[in-house]
Amino acid sequence: MKLTDTVRFARSAATGYPLRTALSVLAMAIGVAAVVVLTALGDGARRYVVGQFSSLGTNLVIVLPGRSGTGGFNPANAITSTPRDLTISDAAALRRAPSVKRLAPLAVGTSEISFGGHVREGMVAGSTSQMLEVRNFTLAQGQFLPDDDWNRGAPVAVIGAKIREEVFGTQEAVGQLARVGDRRVRIVGVLASTGTGLGMNTDELVIVPVALAQALFNSNTLFRILVEARSREAIPAAKNEVLEILKTRHGGEEDVTVITQDAVLATFDRLLGALTLAVGGIAAISLAVAGILVMNVMLVAVAQRTNEIGLLKALGATDRDIRQAFLAEAAMLSTFGALAGYVLGEIGAFLVRQFFPVFPAQPPNWAIFAGIGTALVTGLVFGVMPARRAARLDPVEALMKH
Amino acid sequence: MALIELSGIERVFHLGDSDVHALAGLDLAIEAGDYVAVMGPSGSGKSTLLNLLGLLDRPNSGTYRLEGRDVTTLSASEQARVRSERIGFVFQSFHLVPRLTAAENIALPMMLAGLPPRERDARVAAALRDFGLEHRADHRPDQLSGGQRQRVAIARATIMRPAMLLADEPTGNLDRHTGDEVIHLLEVLNASGVTLIVVTHDPGLGGRARRQLVMEDGHLHHDSSRSANLA
Ligand SMILES: Nc1ncnc2c1ncn2[C@@H]1O[C@H](COP(=O)(O)OP(=O)(O)O)[C@@H](O)[C@H]1O
Ligand SMILES: [Mg+2]
Repeated sequence: MKLTDTVRFARSAATGYPLRTALSVLAMAIGVAAVVVLTALGDGARRYVVGQFSSLGTNLVIVLPGRSGTGGFNPANAITSTPRDLTISDAAALRRAPSVKRLAPLAVGTSEISFGGHVREGMVAGSTSQMLEVRNFTLAQGQFLPDDDWNRGAPVAVIGAKIREEVFGTQEAVGQLARVGDRRVRIVGVLASTGTGLGMNTDELVIVPVALAQALFNSNTLFRILVEARSREAIPAAKNEVLEILKTRHGGEEDVTVITQDAVLATFDRLLGALTLAVGGIAAISLAVAGILVMNVMLVAVAQRTNEIGLLKALGATDRDIRQAFLAEAAMLSTFGALAGYVLGEIGAFLVRQFFPVFPAQPPNWAIFAGIGTALVTGLVFGVMPARRAARLDPVEALMKH
Repeated sequence: MALIELSGIERVFHLGDSDVHALAGLDLAIEAGDYVAVMGPSGSGKSTLLNLLGLLDRPNSGTYRLEGRDVTTLSASEQARVRSERIGFVFQSFHLVPRLTAAENIALPMMLAGLPPRERDARVAAALRDFGLEHRADHRPDQLSGGQRQRVAIARATIMRPAMLLADEPTGNLDRHTGDEVIHLLEVLNASGVTLIVVTHDPGLGGRARRQLVMEDGHLHHDSSRSANLA
């Protein structure tokens, strides 16, 4: 029997029993669609988080006051009580580090901003001119904070898009004198709108010089120091230099925590990648179930067509012909199931993207290959047993059965 | 050389504790081109004999020589090849594949044998014409009458131009008139050279054959050619 004839014969058998064919195709399709959609969601979540982190800035090294628990238990740290605060001078000292390209101190708090009778509560960030580059901000209008003495605190402010809209309405904001807390400041720039994201929402942010912020909050500490390393490769060196400088400044005590964006990113990447894999694996179990269903459907087919098998043998079919015809049929069911499932899955992922545009729900290629591959392999593997049973039937008994 | 030579054929079925000797000590030779009727009561071993001749079954002992070659020792796939090329079957219940058209049913043996499609189409077209089925080519079995179904089955049995045609009660499911037509068709094929072996209950049909075999309890009870020799 020629291969094309085997395939054609299997196709006529599959279409000759539409209900059971539809059933097994559907089972396969659901399995593959589940793999595609679930991995699309998992990988979408991973890419969403990674994307959000990357938008915080590139090659970031973040300095936090206080020793984090992750460094392991150190008896020396346990005895020495309160860690020293981060100050503007600490930040300024880091400019000496050779691996540091630029940096921005960050002090945060909330305050009221008002103009012409409109009052709004907002997040106030105190920083310096390089914050613009370090955090990859984009300006919609005007300019960013001036590059002058960090301790001077000029009475100027840069505001987020939403603050601008709510406080200034249709009026031009840049150049206006507004009130932030008890200070009068001149609006020098407006940030481009970025929408919601991880961390701070810049649309509702008021950025002022760091010294002014500290005066507003009546404090002289920093919330963070954001450091940008010269390159990706320079991140570890920058981290060490920062630690070394601050240790020296803090009387030999390592009382700050330095996290690199890279490390955080890698952790999230790994975590969400594993999640996607797990979810895809669970979905793949449904493929095994579908495989068992295909096997049962094929066993029913063998029982239903016992007579036909006897006839084919009488007409000169070899055991191999019979085996291949039934195997081809099983392969056909799982192939169509897999393709239908892939299309369904892509449609599902497309709908998710339509309804949640910020969420990049796209099935990863490995998942598509694994899903379709698993479907085909299970279909074939589970098709072998029924096909062998068909081929082994005794022709005389098969012909007598009704 | 006879087309078929059986010697010392035994076929035993085990049913629980008891053994059923469906064929016992059977010696038989059938010449090429002969027309043989196999008769006898139900359960006498007629179908078992026909299945054996058609290589659908193997004897427990004895030898079967087909065209001079011992076919009992062939492997399953070699036997399948012999069935494909030398043997045509006609069954009482037609055994057409319900989802295939008349033309597709007729083409089945050629498809299994791997004949090129063009050759198949030509042979099917000729067979449809010869068997008066031109207008039924695309009909499925359930759209055909009993006589038409059996004609499709006979066309299918002869499409590979076999040496012998084995028919197990081919008229059993047909009315008298249609049955006669089918027998006539088989006789025409026999006249063109195909060895015809028909199992039948009907003494009238059996009497039309050149040679009559009567089975009883797995034995050859009567052989018209031998009694003719004796006479
Ligand atoms: N597959 C089988 N298993 C057990 N006994 C069988 C089988 N096939 C036939 N027989 C027995 O062998 C004997 C001959 O059967 P069969 O050749 O079908 O008779 P006939 O065709 O002459 O009616 C019967 O007794 C029948 O019961
Ligand atoms: Mg019988």
